[in-house]
Amino acid sequence: MMRNFILPLLFALLPTLACAVEPLPFRDRAEEQRFQQLAAELRCVKCQNQSLADSNAPIAHDLRREVFELMREGHSDDEIKDFLSRRYGEFVLYRPPLAGDTLLIWIAPPLVLLAGTLVLWLVVRGRRRPAAAETLRPEEDA
Amino acid sequence: MLRRLLPLIVFVALGLLMLIGIRISADRDPDALPTPLLNQPAPGFALPELHQPDRIVRSEELAGAPYLLNVWGSWCPSCRIEHPVITELANSGRLRVIGYNYKDEREDALRWLGQFGDPYDLIVVDEDGRTAIDWGIYGAPESFLVDAQGVIRFKLVGPLSDDIIERDILPRIGVASAETATP
Repeated sequence: MMRNFILPLLFALLPTLACAVEPLPFRDRAEEQRFQQLAAELRCVKCQNQSLADSNAPIAHDLRREVFELMREGHSDDEIKDFLSRRYGEFVLYRPPLAGDTLLIWIAPPLVLLAGTLVLWLVVRGRRRPAAAETLRPEEDA
Repeated sequence: MLRRLLPLIVFVALGLLMLIGIRISADRDPDALPTPLLNQPAPGFALPELHQPDRIVRSEELAGAPYLLNVWGSWCPSCRIEHPVITELANSGRLRVIGYNYKDEREDALRWLGQFGDPYDLIVVDEDGRTAIDWGIYGAPESFLVDAQGVIRFKLVGPLSDDIIERDILPRIGVASAETATP
């Protein structure tokens, strides 16, 4: 019964897989790949949870065109990122430089991981002690 | 005992965190990006004027006195909301207001001004949005306060209000003109 729905649904979702990027006149596959990688590293300033590569916003279209033209003018990836962050701030970089107010962004994930490990360790240790003292009760066996 | 209270403590802590978040976003738009151009020289431009498309306005022409660069478009609903505020500011003569017609069609822009009035000193047209990138513009309405030395002193993303003009804009040009008076 469900199978009748799932396949059409998957097909209906197919267009969302397609890139939001309008065709740009890439010279070759390598240039296109470089562009896609760069655009995925940059955040859209309007719809802030999307990358420049994914966004349909008009400003994202303009910025993609700008990135493409800067690539054509022979600028390096770092120069292009610098160009955009000088105008829109470090916010456009998905990987901002490690300094000052971005410090928390960088150290928070390992800190959270560490805290989680600590909690897990405490819980496991707390459980193991009574379990070692007595045999499992029937309801815990299930 | 503590084990029983722990969920409640976590719940209260999360609630407090949300409350702080709500407080912060009440004061300012959390999506508005702070511009790195603040206190930097305003980017140069050479753009056509809306009413006289043959005339190219250069940023140097605007130097010498402070101005408010107001980004708008006929497609932008919030621009209608701030339009009376802009009109009042321009008519008061306290600050020059330069229009920045962003990604618009000329006919639409002129029709919009015909409908709501044209308070601007002059209006520069950026049809393809290329110059806007230099200014870090990413939508409308946006407003930049540029002082007499051509330095950006304030940027607002979103509609202007009387409060913002009195609190954030006019004091800043007051300060700027006081600074030029001292040698």
